[in-house]
Amino acid sequence: MQALYAQLLVGLINGSFYALLSLGLAVIFGMLNIINFAHGALYMMGAFMAYFLLNLGGINYWWALLLAPIIVGIFGMILERTMLKFLTGLDHLYGLLLTFGIALIVQGVFQNYFGSSGLPYAIPDQLKGGMNLGFMFLPVYRGWVVIFSLVVCLATWFLIEKTRLGAYLRAATENPTLVRAFGINVPRMITLTYGLGVGLAALAGVLSAPINQVRPLMGADLIIVVFAVVVIGGMGSIMGSIITGFALGVIEGLTKYFYPEASNTVVFVLMVLVLLVKPTGLTGRAA
Amino acid sequence: MTALTDDTLPVTPRAMRDEMILFVVMAVLLAAVPFSGIYPFFVMQALCFALLACAFNLLIGYGGLLSFGHAMFMGTAGYCSAHALKVWALPPELGILVGIAAAFALSIITGYISIRRQGIYFSMITLALSQLLYFIYLQAPFTHGEDGIQGIPQGHMFGVLDLSKPTVLYYVVMVGFLAGFLLIYRIINSPFGEVLKSIRENEPRAISLGYRTDQYKFLAFILSGTLAGFAGALKVFVAQNASLTDVHWSMSGEVVLMTLVGGLGTIFGPVVGAFAIIAMQQYLASFGQWVTVIQGSIFVICVLTFRRGVIGEFAHYFRRSL
Repeated sequence: MQALYAQLLVGLINGSFYALLSLGLAVIFGMLNIINFAHGALYMMGAFMAYFLLNLGGINYWWALLLAPIIVGIFGMILERTMLKFLTGLDHLYGLLLTFGIALIVQGVFQNYFGSSGLPYAIPDQLKGGMNLGFMFLPVYRGWVVIFSLVVCLATWFLIEKTRLGAYLRAATENPTLVRAFGINVPRMITLTYGLGVGLAALAGVLSAPINQVRPLMGADLIIVVFAVVVIGGMGSIMGSIITGFALGVIEGLTKYFYPEASNTVVFVLMVLVLLVKPTGLTGRAA
Repeated sequence: MTALTDDTLPVTPRAMRDEMILFVVMAVLLAAVPFSGIYPFFVMQALCFALLACAFNLLIGYGGLLSFGHAMFMGTAGYCSAHALKVWALPPELGILVGIAAAFALSIITGYISIRRQGIYFSMITLALSQLLYFIYLQAPFTHGEDGIQGIPQGHMFGVLDLSKPTVLYYVVMVGFLAGFLLIYRIINSPFGEVLKSIRENEPRAISLGYRTDQYKFLAFILSGTLAGFAGALKVFVAQNASLTDVHWSMSGEVVLMTLVGGLGTIFGPVVGAFAIIAMQQYLASFGQWVTVIQGSIFVICVLTFRRGVIGEFAHYFRRSL
């Protein structure tokens, strides 16, 4: 049973990353009509930023948790201002191609300087060690990742669904021209939205740095799994992305315990099944 | 919304004549390669990728469907051909047929699944499916995992053509490429191809005219996947191995890049793009990971400034359809 609980926990952690990343993809897609292929590369940049802050600036994990998403988010906003904004009105596919190119550039540059092997990032002192819960041993850091991700996801949901700013955002997603006519600076909102989505990816990167090693290609395969998550959940609803992300992580964890050979493929197989039964995705509206 | 290829010219007799002249020029140039001192291995490799890119272009350029998993057809056909040649000791022509049949079967399955969603979702689904296949091949015993299938015998095609001779192999690959190219050209200019283009331009209107667009897209997907499999089967004879790199997503990305550079929805664009990208990889091989950075930059530059691609810009400038 110990092993089962351990795999469930790993599943929940992966699920947190899926949720944070697919949430960012959904927010960006809503505003920019772009599938951000660079999301995995930006997640990797978040982890590297934490590494740089610690090793070059002596800035600890807690500050990195705040600073890395902001720095990478600003980098994202520069990308949006200098490149992505010129794609408005073009076919969606060009956004995919452009961000794929950006992902190749970013990953290639990091691979040049850091090779393909992993760099270690230590767990902060406050979160070291573990707790004995009676039925299992819970490493504190892993528990922290799950809870903190859940809080961030819910906060994002609250921001978009329940606040005035979120209302502007949703309105601009539905009809940007009309919202502009009301005097709201929609282009600036688009830039900020992209920054928010990118920041969420970078935050997931910082969280994962002490668990998975910091590697230039850490986001390359992950983003494909997240695409499958997005296809399963649909991008129509924020809460849908969060729930699908966590649920798929758990299912993946269970697969690792019961049938490890399929743990790499289970999300893709589920995607196929969902497409056969309900082509629009679990929560999605027709595209 | 601007369509992917914004200027479509009607097929006139003049356009047909231009294209046939260009085709003959291309065939003559290719036939002359063994006498020119150009390294034939490079050209053979480029031809396989050119055929793959043309097959991919059939789907994106004429059907408006961006597949981000086309390497899976090439890789699957490659593995199956290699297995048939090495383990079953089949002659080359049958080995190629096994590869094509495998790609055909795979394209029916993946097409049936992925065609259910449009646009951006279609791309993500094809990418995820190819990643699923990648993991299956990584674990399946017959692919030999990371090592791949190596030392594949080239054999005698039809019992007479000794494929271990580079010149003979070159002409076989060339004829295979030209046949595939002509088939795609024929498909594009058939009534089926015209319907496909109308779906790309305006799907709701095509539906309202009574076309069952899903069936057209499904058929286009099968044709494209099968032809990509043909390219993969040919490549087995050139590289004499079948490995995981041929199924990896980065290979699918390269195919997209080749077609984008040459020109989406142009007839000769994918060929030009494939030669350009393969040549670039050849000359810049010593730069290691910078090749990835350069490829990424080409993506960005093409999308931002150069969406018609090399051939597309030419065609636009001269008001021809190439």
